[in-house]
Amino acid sequence: MTNPNHAGQIGAIRRILAEHGRLSADAAGLAPDADLYRAGMTSHASVNVMLALEGEFDVEFPDHMLTRAVFGSIAAIHSAIAELTGGRN
Amino acid sequence: MTEPGTLRVGIDLVQVSRVAESLERFGDRFLRRVFTEREVAYASADPAQTAERLAARFAAKEATLKALDLADRMTWRDVEVRRAPSGACAVELSGGAARAAAQSGAFELALSLSHEGDYAAAVVVARLSPERGS
Repeated sequence: MTNPNHAGQIGAIRRILAEHGRLSADAAGLAPDADLYRAGMTSHASVNVMLALEGEFDVEFPDHMLTRAVFGSIAAIHSAIAELTGGRN
Repeated sequence: MTEPGTLRVGIDLVQVSRVAESLERFGDRFLRRVFTEREVAYASADPAQTAERLAARFAAKEATLKALDLADRMTWRDVEVRRAPSGACAVELSGGAARAAAQSGAFELALSLSHEGDYAAAVVVARLSPERGS
């Protein structure tokens, strides 16, 4: 069964990537483990994605999570969001 | 594999208007998460050049990341552009970036910044110790 929180978070992540990620591919069609940097996301775009995620999920990424890998794929972003929200979203 | 004593180089190009958009959209959060207090102070000293100065500093951080292969071992504020009274700029590392640089044997970094129109660019050259660069 699909977890509605999980699906909602993934949908929000895809929407933010579409708006801020500057991807060459459609964010809606990207595989969860697709490399976002290979899909065209620049480092500067990844910062915008991070800041938009913080606003969307009302979280703050601590310094140790501000690394390239944390924003490297939809699945990695979702894992980080889940860790920061503790399942409250 | 890196040969002892090898020079490493990193380059990055940033669109100034994109940085201005980030500033407009995310404001202080963008500044606080990416730049050090000294970098923000210098960039903010001339509002007409704030986005351009920040763009150049962002490019320098990314160029340093590339030169030292720091991808998952640094945060943006670990790499700071320091500006001498003469105008010469240099990279100063702290935190994870400094530790990673030491591990790789990097003992000297050289930075060059450039602006033209809507773009800012940075090149960083790293020199690795013959004893530790491997």
